Amino acid sequence: MGFTLKNIDWAEIWKGTQDTLTMLGFSTLFTVVIGLPLGILLFLTSRGQLLENRAFYSISSFVVNVLRSVPFIILMILLIPVTKMLVGTSLGVKGSIPPLVIGAAPFFARLVETSLREVDRGVIEAAQSMGASNWQIIRSVLLPESRSGLIAGITITTVSLVSYTAMSGVIGGGGLGDLAIRYGYQRFQTDVMVVTVCILLVLVQILQMVGDRLVIKFSRK
Amino acid sequence: MIRLQNLKKDYIVKGHKTPALRGIDLSIEKGEIFGIIGHSGAGKSTLIRCINLLERPTAGSVIVDGVDLTKLDEGKLQEQRRHIGMIFQHFNLLSSATVGENVAFPLKLAKRPKAEIDKKVKEMLALVGLEQHRDKYPAQLSGGQKQRVGIARALASDPKVLLCDEATSALDPQTTNSILALLLDINRKLGLTIVLITHEMHVIRSICDRVGVIDGGHIVEMGNVLDVFLKPQHPTTQEFVEQVADSSELRAAVAHEKASGERTILRVTFLGEQTYQPILFQTMQETGTVFSILQGTISRMKDTPYGQLVIELGGDAQQNRKAVDTLRQRGLEVEVI
Ligand SMILES: Nc1ncnc2c1ncn2[C@@H]1O[C@H](COP(=O)(O)OP(=O)(O)OP(=O)(O)O)[C@@H](O)[C@H]1O
Ligand SMILES: [Mg+2]
Repeated sequence: MGFTLKNIDWAEIWKGTQDTLTMLGFSTLFTVVIGLPLGILLFLTSRGQLLENRAFYSISSFVVNVLRSVPFIILMILLIPVTKMLVGTSLGVKGSIPPLVIGAAPFFARLVETSLREVDRGVIEAAQSMGASNWQIIRSVLLPESRSGLIAGITITTVSLVSYTAMSGVIGGGGLGDLAIRYGYQRFQTDVMVVTVCILLVLVQILQMVGDRLVIKFSRK
Repeated sequence: MIRLQNLKKDYIVKGHKTPALRGIDLSIEKGEIFGIIGHSGAGKSTLIRCINLLERPTAGSVIVDGVDLTKLDEGKLQEQRRHIGMIFQHFNLLSSATVGENVAFPLKLAKRPKAEIDKKVKEMLALVGLEQHRDKYPAQLSGGQKQRVGIARALASDPKVLLCDEATSALDPQTTNSILALLLDINRKLGLTIVLITHEMHVIRSICDRVGVIDGGHIVEMGNVLDVFLKPQHPTTQEFVEQVADSSELRAAVAHEKASGERTILRVTFLGEQTYQPILFQTMQETGTVFSILQGTISRMKDTPYGQLVIELGGDAQQNRKAVDTLRQRGLEVEVI
């Protein structure tokens, strides 16, 4: 059996790519919306920081670690009832977004926490000495000063999300992963598998490149 | 302008109380440059950071321009801090903001109108001589230029007080002098009260009016720079004075002279105009004494010229005594070593 692209249903591939991009877009968006504040809170409540709070930090840190240590595929299955409750279904593009976000947000929050830790303590103090409120310090010092680290974090998270979206195909999540499983795995159509992998590869390459460019653009060190 | 009363600060390290400040009483007048000098770990940074409550004191009060900062809530404290500028050893500029944006920062925090901010930024950059660097980022500046940005930023909100935490310690000697000159200039132009901490006597001597010596969390000596400098009492102060006067050389010389028999060795101090007058020569001629110079410095403390000579008198006992009396009558400080 020679390798040929003749038997591929391109319409289906195109649909799968669109679904993947939709899942990726929304899950990245919600991951940032949830993970960024969570990361900021983790940072601020950690030892020696502005809102030091041992209880809050230990608990949220523990939850984050738990969510991060459960393999995504298992997390997805465990979350089926929650997903149904949140969006009404655990299938398709819609049904895969909640587990993607719940899987990626803690990961991203840790990356945010780490980037914020890189911000020079002295600069925060300088802002305090000028009478900045905590909110002003977050907005005008922490976020701009860690901008390139945050962008790098978003890039890593998005790239991880690409592979998570592919995995969500296993439980009927839709997108390229779903295609690869249905054709490549269940019907031994290797050609579809190869094409989907290539598309995912190109996607990851583009994401990484754009991310790296932005990091360089915003880096002032 | 600033009054510290019985200021104490303990740090808790691994459950142990380690005192950094053990009861500081200090009063700093409006418009003066007050220096605080001490060795590493003496509590200098802790002390200056207590003045704007970056460090909250364990006990005592911090009164700046009549307001006791320790009694204020967070919001009021933030408001008061706008009147207290601060510059740092490592500059602490926002690396993601341009020079202009850094200077504008305190004004943005205070939500001033844009036009006012632009005007003030221009004015401040002109003051520190960085007009043409407005759109650069801190990473593109030299250390001295960064500190100038720090000064411009600290002064943008028209503070009443400027706190300097080792502001020149990361700079080379020449740049240090230019920053010190700038601080002195600002002090005179704006009548700004400046508190600076340092471990270099040179900094104190160049621009301070008064100095406090801190050691082990206590102020062990305090006074006009001239007095402290010429007559240091506490051993720590004496060490610092030696930094700039190399009197260790002198001690060796004196010991040598003493060892070789009974002789009269004097330390003569000239101040102000005296420094440039031939008082010593005239006196020696009149009393018929001869002398040789063992060591000498002529220098300047802020604006006051001074000289210090260590001489050995070569006349007989009576002549020598007369010479000492005459020198004293003519207003010189004479100390027989
Ligand atoms: N955040 C802190 N936690 C615990 N101990 C501290 C802290 N900051 C300072 N100390 C201790 O307090 C004492 C005074 O420190 P401080 O930083 O005020 O010294 P310094 O005079 O500024 O020294 P240097 O010239 O090295 O900067 C030191 O013994 C130091 O170890
Ligand atoms: Mg210090």
